[in-house]
Amino acid sequence: MSTPADAPRVELVARNVGRLAPVPRPARPVSWERRLLGWHSLLVYLFLYIPIVILILYSFNRSKQTAAWEGLTLDWYLRLFHNDLILRAVKNSLIVAVITTVVATVIGTLAALALARGSFRGKGATQAALYLPIIIPEIVVGAALVTFFGVAQMRLSLTTVVIAHVAFCISYVAIVVRARLAGFDRSLEEAASDLGAGPWDTFRRVTLPIILPGIVAGALLVFTLSIDDYVITSFVAGVGATTLPIQIYSMLKVGVTPEVNAVSTLLLLLTVVLIVIAQRLQQDPTAQGGIKK
Amino acid sequence: MPEKKRRSVAAYFQVLPTWMVLGCFFLLPLVIMLVISFGQRGTYGGLKPIADLGAYFGSGEFLANYRRSIEPLYLSIYWRSLWMAIVTTVLCLVVSYPIAYYIAVVVPVRFKNLFLGLVVIPFWTSFLIRTYAWMLILRTEGLLNTVLLATGVVDQPLNLLYTDFAVMIGLVYGELPFMILPLYASLEKLDLSLLEASLDLGANKVATFFRVTVPLTMPGIVAGIILVFIPSIGQFVVSDLLGGAKSILAGNLIQNQFAVARNKPFGSAIAFELTAVVLILLLAYAMYTKRKGQEVLL
Repeated sequence: MSTPADAPRVELVARNVGRLAPVPRPARPVSWERRLLGWHSLLVYLFLYIPIVILILYSFNRSKQTAAWEGLTLDWYLRLFHNDLILRAVKNSLIVAVITTVVATVIGTLAALALARGSFRGKGATQAALYLPIIIPEIVVGAALVTFFGVAQMRLSLTTVVIAHVAFCISYVAIVVRARLAGFDRSLEEAASDLGAGPWDTFRRVTLPIILPGIVAGALLVFTLSIDDYVITSFVAGVGATTLPIQIYSMLKVGVTPEVNAVSTLLLLLTVVLIVIAQRLQQDPTAQGGIKK
Repeated sequence: MPEKKRRSVAAYFQVLPTWMVLGCFFLLPLVIMLVISFGQRGTYGGLKPIADLGAYFGSGEFLANYRRSIEPLYLSIYWRSLWMAIVTTVLCLVVSYPIAYYIAVVVPVRFKNLFLGLVVIPFWTSFLIRTYAWMLILRTEGLLNTVLLATGVVDQPLNLLYTDFAVMIGLVYGELPFMILPLYASLEKLDLSLLEASLDLGANKVATFFRVTVPLTMPGIVAGIILVFIPSIGQFVVSDLLGGAKSILAGNLIQNQFAVARNKPFGSAIAFELTAVVLILLLAYAMYTKRKGQEVLL
């Protein structure tokens, strides 16, 4: 629950809020109080969106130094493709994100399956352990991991980054997939086994297709989380294991450049697109999943 | 094998990988860090060997890092962190309540999800990049100064970036939805007829708000405070990017001990103090929700 893992954290809170069915309110005359509330809300929305819009606009601004608009250009984007540092960072980030996504999704899905079915000894402890990475501040997680790698004499590299990412991503998959399983009609599985399907066939041909959207949503969330993470990565990434956020950060510390705007805009687009897809997949657990009533 | 037992065995196999990863790479590191926080830094940034374990513990030397962490120099940093987190939380509450109220009460049902979605969408993007966007706005040759100069409000650019003001904006910006969402959840359940009853019985609008609306939405207020306060007190990116050299917060102190000063034992001690604060707050919140019978938001 610490700061930079915003996307999944917002997801978890929004999920809880989303369970509420909106209450219809009787129409009322527009009073001055309501108008004031409306104006206030408009200002808040502007506060939320202006920085992002500014960033995107500046990435197309010809001017290198000033805030003044000096015409449209794609130069900064083209330059990215000749910036070896950025290209290498993108490559590293993609390697880490892909491996993290695959590993964390498999492990997290298995945990969700176990947690969604009845009780077993240690279920409470498992749930508690899964909540820890969300609750404990990221800076503490990063510090603990780098201490551990030091004691274990593991050299900091992309491997340690992947390990760290997997460790804090499993929880998010488990929670998302479990939510999907909550709306799962167990009688379908029973029907399959009554009709003679073995446990594996039942899983592969009944359970999996139904929970697949949840798994994909969890995977996309992990991918976003991994490709965005700065705090934990900054602790466990060694020399030569620079990921994109680390690269962006070090560029920011030197000064604002239009190239940062361009690469930030691309990263911004990527994460929004991924989460929009994840969102769609999570909507209405009964309507999707390949089983038609 | 009976069905129930078979399921139970399957469950163990399913949670085994999770426990292996979380055990090795999450719980164990935390334990190691706790142990190391009682040690001392060696000459080369490693750990100083302890000659006589009994004497080390007997003399209370093992608490040296914790004793050092409450020296006035560090206390002032915690105090600043606490103060920044409190101001951030209060600002978020003041800004969020009206918009949450607006979405829950005024906005027609069919637009509610749209309005809520618009609150959430900016937070799908990288926190780092959103913080950076404020650098573009606040720096000396940035957007805000350009606008202020062009409109003649000021005749010299203001120093906005690298100040506490910038850190505060960054923090509020980063935490806003975590206040708006729980407040909305509470306000959505608010029974408006109670407000009408209060007004009919002669209370004015201000009294109705503070004596009916606020108490009824207290669970949302408390959840929002917890969700905003905890990340605010542990963060270091916002203060590092938007704050000046003097804007050191507890998070920067921890990061500094690991990355620059190479004093892991001392850094570990502060990290644990931070974790303790967070866990105490969450425990208090859990007790509050239990007493109130309200759903925990996270």
